Amino acid sequence: MSLRPTVRPTARRETLAQFLEKIGEFGSFVALFFREGFGRPWEGRELLRQMDEVGTRSFLLTGVTGLAIGAVLAMQSRGTLVQFGAEAMLPNMLALSIIKEIGPVMTALVLAGRLGAGIGAEIGSMRVTEQIDALEVMALRPLNYLVVTRVLACFIMFPVLTIWTDALGLFGGYLESALAAQTDPRLFLDTAFTSLRFSDVLVDTMKTSIFGAIVGLVSCFLGFNVRGGTRAVGQAAMQSVVASSVLVILADVFVVRLSLLIFGDVAS
Amino acid sequence: MVDVRKSFGSTEVLKGVNMEVAPEKTAAVMGGSGTGKSVLIKHVVQLLIPDSGEVWYGDKRMDQLEGEELDQERLTIGYLFQGGALFDSMSVAENFDFVLDRHTDLTPAERIDRIEELLNWVDLEEKFHAVPADLSGGQKKRIALARAIALNPKLMLFDEPTTGLDPVSVRMVSELIVRLREELDMTSIVITHDLLCAEIAADSVHFIHDGRILENGTLDEVRNSDEPELRNFFGK
Repeated sequence: MSLRPTVRPTARRETLAQFLEKIGEFGSFVALFFREGFGRPWEGRELLRQMDEVGTRSFLLTGVTGLAIGAVLAMQSRGTLVQFGAEAMLPNMLALSIIKEIGPVMTALVLAGRLGAGIGAEIGSMRVTEQIDALEVMALRPLNYLVVTRVLACFIMFPVLTIWTDALGLFGGYLESALAAQTDPRLFLDTAFTSLRFSDVLVDTMKTSIFGAIVGLVSCFLGFNVRGGTRAVGQAAMQSVVASSVLVILADVFVVRLSLLIFGDVAS
Repeated sequence: MVDVRKSFGSTEVLKGVNMEVAPEKTAAVMGGSGTGKSVLIKHVVQLLIPDSGEVWYGDKRMDQLEGEELDQERLTIGYLFQGGALFDSMSVAENFDFVLDRHTDLTPAERIDRIEELLNWVDLEEKFHAVPADLSGGQKKRIALARAIALNPKLMLFDEPTTGLDPVSVRMVSELIVRLREELDMTSIVITHDLLCAEIAADSVHFIHDGRILENGTLDEVRNSDEPELRNFFGK
């Protein structure tokens, strides 16, 4: 006799129903966040601690990512640009692609991996060990203490880390240029920013605040709603990473489309 | 509690519970696993809301309170969770300070004095700087109990306070429940299936079976009941 449960024909329909139910619950969670999350008590100290957790402890990871991407992008693009006699445009192309798209999205995805798993697992294990219930019965408002602080920390720190990743990405690109073509640093910088407008830098950096809020909200929601034991905690951590990453990419499409509608593209 | 009913999906866990606890007395709620004991006390602090029925705490309907009013009532109730539910990202002292800082006007020095007093009460003053991961099961329960009474609650709820403990720790925790009543005049509801704990701590016993209170009385009265479920539970 097999220990494996038999799959019922209605299972797929139930899974879809559960998925839709989950979306509804997430909507209610977000509504609760905005309705009650910004009242007293304000957890300033915990917010700073979370900003440290999100920010300071992610500098190395995002920095290395940025440096590597900048260098690799320069290496990969150089050959093609040389073919068209446009090697001088390399800094320009690097700045455009890193600051407008690769830097923000890569930073958000890397942070979704690190923070999504961390937040989902931490809050999930607090749920199964009844620590969240303990907060609630002690009138300590778990929504304010656990969720608002983490979401705000992500909202604030994602753009900061994006600027850092962008800077190191450009530095990586410059290093490659310096080694491969002895490019002058001043010339590199001057060329890099000629095609960028202030609105591009601002919008494409600040859009990561939205990505941060998505990562924070999704991970907190999945952690908060863990039911069961350690396996459920692991699943919440994994789902946090997957759902956050997918939503970040989808949100990017909407934000880019919206910014193009409002500000036009770089050529306009 | 008046005719409290609670279902999870298609499973009806509480099927009309009626129960009253006298002030400054300790009531034990006993019963086998999965009979709804923990679900029952979660209704007292509105961790769960009944599908129907009423939950009264003094002259307040706990199942209908919201916001600040609910918080105010919750602050007069202490809750000892099954695993202690100490915040594992904080030290023992921080676990207390977290609560005292937010709910009292005590200065930092006064808070330290209060933490030492509470740890002394459970005879674990040397664990001031320890972290929960370094504590034994019994120590966690005692420290969690000290944290639960940090704000001098009027009512204490114990969810399986002696589960997983050795007989010495069971006696120690049970005697602490008695001291709460004798020294601090607290009312307690103890969810347990531990006879030793009920023997030491309980003034009255409410036996729950299949989502209903089957028998009320002193431990001896309940133990000597002719109900087959009780005879089975007490091994007669």
